[in-house]
Amino acid sequence: MFSEANEKKLDEIITHYPVKRSAVLPALYIAQEEHGHVTDDDVRYIANRLDMRVNEVEEVVTFYTMYSRKPVGKYKLQVCRTLSCWLQGAEQIAEQIEHKIGCGVGETSKDGKFTLMEVECLGYCDLAPCLQVNFDYHEKVTPESVDKLIDGLKTK
Amino acid sequence: MTKVLTSRFHLNGRACDIDVYLQTGGYQALPKALKEFTPDQVIEEVKKSALRGRGGAGFPTGMKWSFVPKESKRPKYVVCNADESEPGTGKDRDLMRYDPHQMIEGMIIAAYALGARDNYIYIRGEYWYIKEILEKAVAQAYERGYLGKNILGSGFDCNLYVHPGAGAYICGEETALLESLEGKRGHPRLKPPFPAVVGLYGGPTVVNNVETLAVVPWVILNGGDWYRQLGTEKSGGTKLFTVSGHVNRPGNYEVPMGYPLMSLINNECGGIAGGKKMKACIPGGSSVPILTAEECEKITMDYESVAAAGSMLGSGGVIVMDETTDIFETTRNVTHFYKHESCGWCTPCREGTRWLYKVFERMHRYEGRPGDVELLYDLADKILGKSFCALGDAAAMPVQSAIKKFREDFERRIKLNVVQIQKAAD
Repeated sequence: MFSEANEKKLDEIITHYPVKRSAVLPALYIAQEEHGHVTDDDVRYIANRLDMRVNEVEEVVTFYTMYSRKPVGKYKLQVCRTLSCWLQGAEQIAEQIEHKIGCGVGETSKDGKFTLMEVECLGYCDLAPCLQVNFDYHEKVTPESVDKLIDGLKTK
Repeated sequence: MTKVLTSRFHLNGRACDIDVYLQTGGYQALPKALKEFTPDQVIEEVKKSALRGRGGAGFPTGMKWSFVPKESKRPKYVVCNADESEPGTGKDRDLMRYDPHQMIEGMIIAAYALGARDNYIYIRGEYWYIKEILEKAVAQAYERGYLGKNILGSGFDCNLYVHPGAGAYICGEETALLESLEGKRGHPRLKPPFPAVVGLYGGPTVVNNVETLAVVPWVILNGGDWYRQLGTEKSGGTKLFTVSGHVNRPGNYEVPMGYPLMSLINNECGGIAGGKKMKACIPGGSSVPILTAEECEKITMDYESVAAAGSMLGSGGVIVMDETTDIFETTRNVTHFYKHESCGWCTPCREGTRWLYKVFERMHRYEGRPGDVELLYDLADKILGKSFCALGDAAAMPVQSAIKKFREDFERRIKLNVVQIQKAAD
């Protein structure tokens, strides 16, 4: 079950398509918004809600990189690693963040606040290097600006 | 230079509001199309414009539309491909966040031409804030009667829905996109049948890139001939290029088709950063063959000229690299991308990209063996033309072209290892 508001939202989204199954990606975003990651219960619930089999939902969740099946930090720090960002020093940005939050790529900081991820092209090539924090974009970041940003998030 | 698609960019996002869009000449093409054009006439006008698909393949748009059967038992669909994820490309991002109505208007006209009632914008999940901009713009278009039932009294009904992707590059491939929109993994479909005949939910479907659809209102408003003459004979109009990498002013620039690549780099982008020399350039997103600085001198930015130089105009993502760049490392970087993004459906691509990266990794650690450069080339050859969709080719072409043109950057890795082995033996 999702919150009442999100249930309504999902009902509305389902009307956009001739088959319910098309709403699976939006439904998974709702699950992730509510629980931080996609839980086993979410998978079963969405399957039931959209007339899908559990394994059909599972195969979708595991295909798309924007869903997590395991708990992640409150802030997902996603450093773009692809060419244009790499040319502008993306590797140093990732290293700086590792140092700052005390964990490596693919890991979550001890306080559970941050998960560091290296992701592929975010479409901000002309504004490189780019860091995405949850859904927020930060363009032309530097080791210094990233430091400040993380300090700010720590106190939130 | 004539600015077409970017004519509202200076408003810095204010054109997201329908009133500003209307004040600046927006929603004039749609009433004109509905009143003065039959659906077939719209298609003819687009054919005249010599507009070619801006997503990467460069297929003539009018021709693509004309493949859709007139009569169909199943509903027809127009789908906007806003899954922009070709490395080096960020043009659709700006087209949507600075002027969403332009693309929406183009989409409604396309839907009218093809007789499609329900239509979808498939936008990459990372562009969440842009998805919200689009949803707002769509809602405004409904309020003002540009979407919904009986648009402007024409009897034409049209709905538009915004659908998020979730981080898969392959969903930019049009049949994988349709699978994803149907709620499945983004695996490409076998072609034929092409989407124009059997597409979304089995109905005839046209999938067009954001930029392609954004051009449509201009073609209707000013005529196909007007649009065509902005560019070259075979590559009509203007095009947005995202320039990134080692230039002084990276950004999105709209220039006429046929504009010299070096003018784009030196004039629009202020030349190579730090006063350095250029070493190489990828002209159309990471999937296309790399060009040497010398090759770049001669080419103009249109489909024919870039193809004649042995590369492709692709999505228009221009990635510039200065003389200090190690082309082995840049190629390793893009190979990681294709390894990560291979959908796993077909063996040559799934296994081939992994093997490629494995060899890149050992060369990166200076553990390359004599013959590894040839091995890379051969591995790429085993993928090229043998994969289920174009992703395999996109992984193979950068590797082969980089080895052909910058072999010394690859050989250095092997030589340094040989030196180490000898030292150890001594």
